[in-house]
Amino acid sequence: MTLCPASLETLGNLIQQELGTDSVTSELLQGDLTLTVKPSSLQHILIYLRDTEILDFRQLIDICGVDYLGRTPRFEVVYHFLSLSQNRRIRVKVKVEEGESVPSIVSLYSNANWLEREAFDLYGIPFDDHPDLRRILTDYGFEGHPLRKDFPLTGHVEVRYDQKEKRVVYDPVELPQAFRTFEFESPWEGMDKAVKHAAPPQKKQETP
Amino acid sequence: MEEGSPRMGVIKPTLSPESLHAGYDLTALPSDLDPDVLLKTLGEEVSQKGFITAKLEEVAAWAEAGSLWPLTFGLACCAIEMMQAAASRYDLDRFGVVFRPSHRQADLLIVAGTLCNKMAPALRKIYDQMAAPRYVISMGSCANGGGYYHYSYSVTRGCDRIIPVDIYVPGCPPTAEALVYGILQLQRKIKRRKTFSR
Repeated sequence: MTLCPASLETLGNLIQQELGTDSVTSELLQGDLTLTVKPSSLQHILIYLRDTEILDFRQLIDICGVDYLGRTPRFEVVYHFLSLSQNRRIRVKVKVEEGESVPSIVSLYSNANWLEREAFDLYGIPFDDHPDLRRILTDYGFEGHPLRKDFPLTGHVEVRYDQKEKRVVYDPVELPQAFRTFEFESPWEGMDKAVKHAAPPQKKQETP
Repeated sequence: MEEGSPRMGVIKPTLSPESLHAGYDLTALPSDLDPDVLLKTLGEEVSQKGFITAKLEEVAAWAEAGSLWPLTFGLACCAIEMMQAAASRYDLDRFGVVFRPSHRQADLLIVAGTLCNKMAPALRKIYDQMAAPRYVISMGSCANGGGYYHYSYSVTRGCDRIIPVDIYVPGCPPTAEALVYGILQLQRKIKRRKTFSR
């Protein structure tokens, strides 16, 4: 039996050798191994990572979404895996453009079900062949995907109890106090008033 | 009493002849009377005459304020402080405040934590199903007005948009003492009420 490579770098090279550099690229950053794969070859690669005995990445830790607004492709789906027997962790990234979908990995890792629902709910990334792709965290009938960078912070609706209708109703959001951003670090934003009203620097009095 | 001795914190009832024979009309007793003296007076009265007289609304308010049963309704970190208030250090039991797991057995709803939009219809339903007379304490900044999450897309900007609130307890989170103070204020509010029906 061959052993798992001692260093992550050789592990990355091994995976690239086995799967071909056109479908997977490996990168070593901050002591973590990251594989970037194409959506079409995701399932194939995950089966290799899971079922190869010297790798044995059998645990899916988390699925995250990332929104790089302004970049093409816009989104990234990040998978984290753990191999208990080899004591190794690996990160797999898939880049996806808005409207494009990622193959679901529920058939490979059953806990991906809710994780993919979460990524779909918060980023609007669709997953192909997901058994039950619907929202998981946000309110029933929620509009938009809140973790997208172009989602307005305060959203679109707010709730109140309507005395006539005897139920909780949704209204368009209306803020009595507009949202304010305070930029204390910037020397040219928001500090001009403070600088104007600040007392002139006092000379330090020396005590005998 | 010696420092550190058993029952150190217990105040001995100071009985005076005047307070014992203040008359058999309860309403004639001073409102700030020592509870121990009051009990002693009532006991004497019952043993001598077999009955006492009082105003119905005051007895009702006294009983209501003395057995406020809140619903265990923790939504966020405020619930931790609510637990502290119920635990041995502050011991809400001694005010007759006993947490109930069902809203149908509760008189008081303490909204302890962030109220989300998704939770709002459920909160209203729970409130509607509580038996009257019922009271609401809004605990912490989030329940009072959204607090830290005031501008969030998912948080209700104050639970008073959903249900009527009797007492607001400020803080993020309020200390257990603050919550106990809020409950005491609610007891005062109930005792001040001069009407019997709602």
